[in-house]
Amino acid sequence: MTGSVQSHQQPLVPSIRPEFERDVLDAGVIGDISRPLSPWERLTGNTLARRIFILVLLGAAWQAYAVWSDNPLMFPTLSETLATLWTSLVDGQLLQRCLTSLRILLVGYAVGIAAAAVLTMLAVTTRFGNDLLSTLTSMFNPLPAIALLPLALLWFGLGEGSLTFVLVHAVLWPMALNTHSGFMGVSDTLRMAGQNYGLKGLRYVMLILVPAALPSILTGLKIGWAFAWRTLIAAELVFGVSSGAGGIGWFIYENRNQLEIPSVFAGLLMVIIIGLLVESVVFRSIEIYTVRKWGMQR
Amino acid sequence: MGRVLPFTGQEADPGVLLDVDNVTLQYKTDSRLVTATYQVDFQVHRGDRFVLLGPSGCGKSSLLKAVAGFIKPVEGQIRLNGAPVTGPGPDRMVVFQEFDQLLPWKTVFQNVMFPLRSRGVPKREAEDRAGTYIAKVGLDRFRDSYPHILSGGMKQRVAIARAMATEPEILLMDEPFAALDALTRRRMQEELLQLWDDVRFTVLFVTHSIEEAIIVGNRILVLSPHPGQVKAELNAHSYGHEKSEGFAALENRIHTMLFAEQNTAPAPKVTRAARP
Repeated sequence: MTGSVQSHQQPLVPSIRPEFERDVLDAGVIGDISRPLSPWERLTGNTLARRIFILVLLGAAWQAYAVWSDNPLMFPTLSETLATLWTSLVDGQLLQRCLTSLRILLVGYAVGIAAAAVLTMLAVTTRFGNDLLSTLTSMFNPLPAIALLPLALLWFGLGEGSLTFVLVHAVLWPMALNTHSGFMGVSDTLRMAGQNYGLKGLRYVMLILVPAALPSILTGLKIGWAFAWRTLIAAELVFGVSSGAGGIGWFIYENRNQLEIPSVFAGLLMVIIIGLLVESVVFRSIEIYTVRKWGMQR
Repeated sequence: MGRVLPFTGQEADPGVLLDVDNVTLQYKTDSRLVTATYQVDFQVHRGDRFVLLGPSGCGKSSLLKAVAGFIKPVEGQIRLNGAPVTGPGPDRMVVFQEFDQLLPWKTVFQNVMFPLRSRGVPKREAEDRAGTYIAKVGLDRFRDSYPHILSGGMKQRVAIARAMATEPEILLMDEPFAALDALTRRRMQEELLQLWDDVRFTVLFVTHSIEEAIIVGNRILVLSPHPGQVKAELNAHSYGHEKSEGFAALENRIHTMLFAEQNTAPAPKVTRAARP
């Protein structure tokens, strides 16, 4: 259908122009077709370098503000915090606390992941499992893990049992939700290709669905890790850990009571450092060697 | 690539490999039951390049998926070597239209190896076979690359190598070249015919292009749409890429067949969906 604008004018006709052919230039004349990047270009293209730059910037802002406000009780300087961090690490106190926290964290994390694996496996193989997972996640995912702490204390007493319970709760639901949506997102073609190989049951899930859903599973692992870490510190702030050896949350709480504010900051900084390390070393290397290498994630 | 194929159908090899016997296929959408094909029967002989040809909605892809074992017929039976097809299996390897059929977490070589190893082929033999077929599709240089860096045509070549390496009874190809550009498609057709000349396998090939059907196939099953019914079974063994008079005549004949059908086809008993 021609436009109404042109209906009462001349119909649109392309003009006829002369033809031509050309000899294309030699590549050498044009200059560099491809050249190595300059050091500066390479530096700005490096994610790690850019991140470190941001960290340095934030550190400088902290130091500047603390020096300007000159109130070590409320806001110690970065240098003072780092010094305290160093001494508490060297005398082994903070390191000991970190290890205690990490040990409990890893147990809860592992149990949570295992439970999520069982639930999602059930969900992809049976309709009942699918309904069960959807119902359970929509019920429990919005429930903050820390809100279960009073109940956990009642059931498991003051100690690692309660902490593990809330940790499992913190990890299980986001992990299951992400893994399941990853499985659901695997394309029909890939599923059919897997079945075409004659793969069935667990082998089909492990060899086709799990690698195909790995980007979502990794996201689940990351979110689960963050939730677990948060929950643990919060729970320790409330009651520490049984048998005297408290975790890093308890370290923060203790020092606040004794008005050792640089130590409080050192403890917080330690939490941040561990978080950064796990994210940028552990998860990042897993991503680089899997989903990025495979072109499943940019 | 002008050539007259020495294979002449039934006289050379009387063995029926695949017997599709009176097959009716239906699938459910959220609101209705759709009949994809109605009482279709055809027989594929060993060494055939058997083409299912028809416009969209004739159920040709559904037929191929039924042969692959992904869909169960509501009526009739599909037999491979006399044994009924009950589910998917590596004796009927499928080359899909979509490029994402390769496992992105495996290299070209690992992709071709995987179905061999999961079938229990010994490692050395699997490596030999994978290497051979990757070479046959001309991807030697890319055997350690991951699929995401390959072009569409290369991915389809890997899929073909992967399917061929398992040495299936029959190769099922579901519009494998439809998503490629015209130049690549033509080259892939030539390569497939060369590979067939070289290895002599049986292939069931689905397409909606009359031209492709005549080039690739030695035998063409023409299907009418909504639901798919057999319209004709034709010979095309004497035509390759060179457009002879016979080629044009056959193309015209099928064209008329498919378009005349739109006006004169008797209404089948099942409910018809609107024709696009």
